[in-house]
Amino acid sequence: MKCYIGIDLGSTTTKAVLMDDKADILGRGITNSRSNYETAAAVAKQEARLGARLTLFRRGLTELTELEGIDVLMADLERSIRCEQFTEQLQDLHDTCASHISDGADDIKEALDEVFVLLAEESPALFTREAKRKSDFFRDIAGSRVMKLGEQVAKKRGVSFDTLLNLYDKSIIDVENRPPEGGLSEKFRAGLHRLLEGSPEFEIDEELAQIALSKALDVELEETYVVGTGYGRVTLPFPKEHIRSEILCHGLGAHLMYPHTRTVLDIGGQDTKAIQVDAEGIVENFQMNDRCAAGCGRYLGYIADEMNMGLHELGPMAMKSTKNVRINSTCTVFAGAELRDRLALGEKREDILAGLHRAIILRAMSIISRSGGISEGEFTFTGGVANNGAAVKELKKLVNENYGEVTINIDPTSIYTGALGAAEFARRAVIH
Amino acid sequence: MSPADINEDVIKESSMLKQKEMISANYEKLTSAPETGQKVASTYVPGNLNELIMCFDMLNNLPEINAIQNGMRKQSGAMIQDAEKMGHSEDVCTYVKADIGNMAKGAIAPNGKPMPVPDLLMLSYTGCFTFLKWFELLRDQYGCRTAMLHVPYEGDGVITANMRDYVVKQLKEEVIPTFEEVSGVKFDIDRLRENLKNSAKAEEDFVWVLESAKNKPSPIDAYFGGVYYVGPIFTAFRGTTDAIDYYKILRGEIEQRIASGQGPITPEGEMKEEKYRLVVEGPPNWTSFREFWKMFYDEGAVVVSSTYTKVGGVYDYDGFRHDPDNPLESLADYCLGCYTNRNLPMRVDMIEKAMEEYQADGFLINSIKSCNSFSAGQLMMMREVENRTGKPAAFIETDLVDPRYFSPANVKNRLESYFQMIDQKRAGGSPSRAA
Repeated sequence: MKCYIGIDLGSTTTKAVLMDDKADILGRGITNSRSNYETAAAVAKQEARLGARLTLFRRGLTELTELEGIDVLMADLERSIRCEQFTEQLQDLHDTCASHISDGADDIKEALDEVFVLLAEESPALFTREAKRKSDFFRDIAGSRVMKLGEQVAKKRGVSFDTLLNLYDKSIIDVENRPPEGGLSEKFRAGLHRLLEGSPEFEIDEELAQIALSKALDVELEETYVVGTGYGRVTLPFPKEHIRSEILCHGLGAHLMYPHTRTVLDIGGQDTKAIQVDAEGIVENFQMNDRCAAGCGRYLGYIADEMNMGLHELGPMAMKSTKNVRINSTCTVFAGAELRDRLALGEKREDILAGLHRAIILRAMSIISRSGGISEGEFTFTGGVANNGAAVKELKKLVNENYGEVTINIDPTSIYTGALGAAEFARRAVIH
Repeated sequence: MSPADINEDVIKESSMLKQKEMISANYEKLTSAPETGQKVASTYVPGNLNELIMCFDMLNNLPEINAIQNGMRKQSGAMIQDAEKMGHSEDVCTYVKADIGNMAKGAIAPNGKPMPVPDLLMLSYTGCFTFLKWFELLRDQYGCRTAMLHVPYEGDGVITANMRDYVVKQLKEEVIPTFEEVSGVKFDIDRLRENLKNSAKAEEDFVWVLESAKNKPSPIDAYFGGVYYVGPIFTAFRGTTDAIDYYKILRGEIEQRIASGQGPITPEGEMKEEKYRLVVEGPPNWTSFREFWKMFYDEGAVVVSSTYTKVGGVYDYDGFRHDPDNPLESLADYCLGCYTNRNLPMRVDMIEKAMEEYQADGFLINSIKSCNSFSAGQLMMMREVENRTGKPAAFIETDLVDPRYFSPANVKNRLESYFQMIDQKRAGGSPSRAA
């Protein structure tokens, strides 16, 4: 089937959206941008293709039977495949690390082996329904566990933890740049079998399900047209007509998600953009932070590092705030100092974090007003920061204070807005 | 196109050579003033009284031009940092800081020789308040005479008889006597008339050059090329026969380009396809001038009209010419009519008219945070122009001569987005056709 792909190469993450010729989204993929956009684009695309297989399977299955709990089944199946992929990639990491061990360092080799045995043992637990992962990226999951287990094993065996860590550092980029792609069909089939065997709650004949799956896997996902957007777009070997600015893509993407959108705010890793679009999703005006990236997504990343927390944990903690702590600086560097100062004064972490979120949104409000404010239609908030509940809470408050009652849209998949717009541009390039 | 071709193209343009000669000769005259004994007046581009200065056999030294020269030769960064070390704030106009930093280094001219100490600081335009403070600093440094001409702001959008009389009175009672005293030369109004006659001749051709951009394709870029074309008329050459010659040569070259349907000349040769016609507001960035320009011509964007080419005098909008029959009055009108001396509604009108007459596809503002006289009100102007013309507008931020405030990746990103936005708009609001 004909597929249209949009790839958004952001400064932090790279996103891909795969669309069919009816503009239905088949799959989405995301990966960390690394320092290699080409690989990031390939990985995101591969992830989107995996998503597309799941969507096609779901469609096929729905045609065959009305299955209760299909959402759970699909989520389980995806987790099962991800777990297999993770195990495979872990093996690759193990082998690559081992290849860097100098001859005769048997104690290091044994320690490394033990770390990976432990990792393999605990990995299924990372992919259960209840598991909460701080990140979906192999680097983040494997990295934090290697650190933790490596330290324990090194201590127990009396070998150098630094040496173990160094092996990991040498290997991780290579490993994440060759994600497991082989045997996807096999993984699907085996995964489905395991699931249906182990979870009798799904009332479906396995043979029927496997037929539907085979059909979904047999569909050829032809890359009819690809459009790239985002910061890394110029580094891709794309011809010029396959490149669209992220402003246009975000505008169109937001319009597709919410057709009544007239104002879009996108807070990404290093950009905050406010975009005004017309009723067709065409950009009328935009404003971005030009000379300084204060108050963008990276700011939160930096704060998370400062506080020794995961990025995903910041929002929930800030939501617990009961007191208004004012943070003036959206400068990433100064904010670190202000943060430590407040901590030293005895302010609670959650209150400080709430103040930081407010500071970001205040800056975004200024960019919105420069772009023309929110005067008509709906307002759509996109980008990685839109997933952060505390930022959303402040935004809602400030939008209400400044512009009154406004419909604010936030989609859980808003991080894919730019890629969605790009995919639609790709589709229109061919269809029209 | 190979670098050899580019050089060849550059050599072919005799107007460029002519201007280069004029500038070097002027710097030679300035730097040899201590030996020749010629007196020097420092003054600013907007509202400069070059014809009058020449009446006293004095040379005209323009600090902004020196800052631009240092910016384009990548030397302003260090000068600005030196000025900041001396206590000048980050928010101060970077022309000022480049000048102050350059003075601290011994005020070296582009020819490598020291600049002369001015004999007179002639503040002939007050529409930019920074100029006042700048000259206070220079007066403190040089301890020389200062003459100030207070030019009232066109707050109501008109030059009244009162305003004109007020400026003429100052010229008669304050400025001319000070010049006579400093130079030892008696004022001769017929000499001024002669200079003004020369100015008007050059201005005629200069306006023709600016308006040549109404052609499709435009034979010139009225911003990146425009900053070169305004050179003689904005600086120490207005009122000279050199300026007349320069514009005659330039006009001849452009006539040829129009006849053969050629686009503007860029540093990489002739621009082939004109895809976007823009009107630009605000000064350019000088430290990355070439890189900035490339972001336009690589995309097929040509600037057909710019407000920056009106900063040293507005000649096209309301047809002002220096008038030998009314010498002092016309100097007054010239000072009063400079672009940044006009109120915001007038500036909007000028831009709107240019958008229409030059058949522009869009309006772009390059905003300079530290340049108050230009930047105040720009967002409002943008909205108004958008509303009136229905054409897409965009806003970018860079700086004059501080290399730290030019972020190429961001600027390029904004510009590319903007050009694609124009594409979409042009497709008549239907996204399908734009894709």
